[in-house]
Amino acid sequence: MAIKGKAKMRGDVVQVKVLMKHIMETGLRVDATTGEKIPAYHITEATCFWNGEEVFRTNLGPAVSKNPYLSFKIKGPQVGDTLNFTSIDSKGETDSGDFIVK
Amino acid sequence: MNLTNLSRRTALSWFAYLGALSVIPSQLFAAWPKDAFNSEAVNDAISELYGQAPQDSDRVKLKVPEIAENGAVVPVTVSTAIEDVESISVYVEGNPNPLAATFELTPYAVASVATRIKMGETSNVVAAVYASGNVYTATQEVKVTIGGCGG
Repeated sequence: MAIKGKAKMRGDVVQVKVLMKHIMETGLRVDATTGEKIPAYHITEATCFWNGEEVFRTNLGPAVSKNPYLSFKIKGPQVGDTLNFTSIDSKGETDSGDFIVK
Repeated sequence: MNLTNLSRRTALSWFAYLGALSVIPSQLFAAWPKDAFNSEAVNDAISELYGQAPQDSDRVKLKVPEIAENGAVVPVTVSTAIEDVESISVYVEGNPNPLAATFELTPYAVASVATRIKMGETSNVVAAVYASGNVYTATQEVKVTIGGCGG
């Protein structure tokens, strides 16, 4: 499953908007039928690369909303460049997406 | 040339290297800051992350809704004109673990980020900006009509 996102050039700044798909379970909710706590399960880290170089990174906790939305701005990439965005969750599962700067 | 001496020198230089590494603040490592995320108070989480006490600053712009109808999805935007920002983080005072997310800025990044967070109840939201060894914060209350931590 690829991470969805867009990267738009505004002046000399690239505005990146990303929507990841993840349940972002807090670890605080209780299963109504068993009465047991549902264990935390969430994206922990997401990183944006440009030409293999890290340009932006975020650490996420379980308090980030389900299907995390992220918006950030970077300077450097030009129209036509590809940004590579990757995420990893608390079970070590990874996901990624490529966005072309428009 | 004495081989024993050489390896000793190599070993010493490695120890020196390790020593230098250990004084680098923890936020420079690309590891999830577990202790900060497990902190139960905003200022504890801030000092876990940055090793600093925060100071309020009107140069930190925190944009949150005054009233959030749905605590499960509260939009947050943080931006600042402060220069050389290395990290931005967002906290919900009323959540069991206040730290929601941290954003690590490289020199390519502009100090302007947005995300959506969960809030269990009406409380203050705090944005912290780490720049040049200082932590600057802005705080604003968000009234939550329906909490975001229920089942």
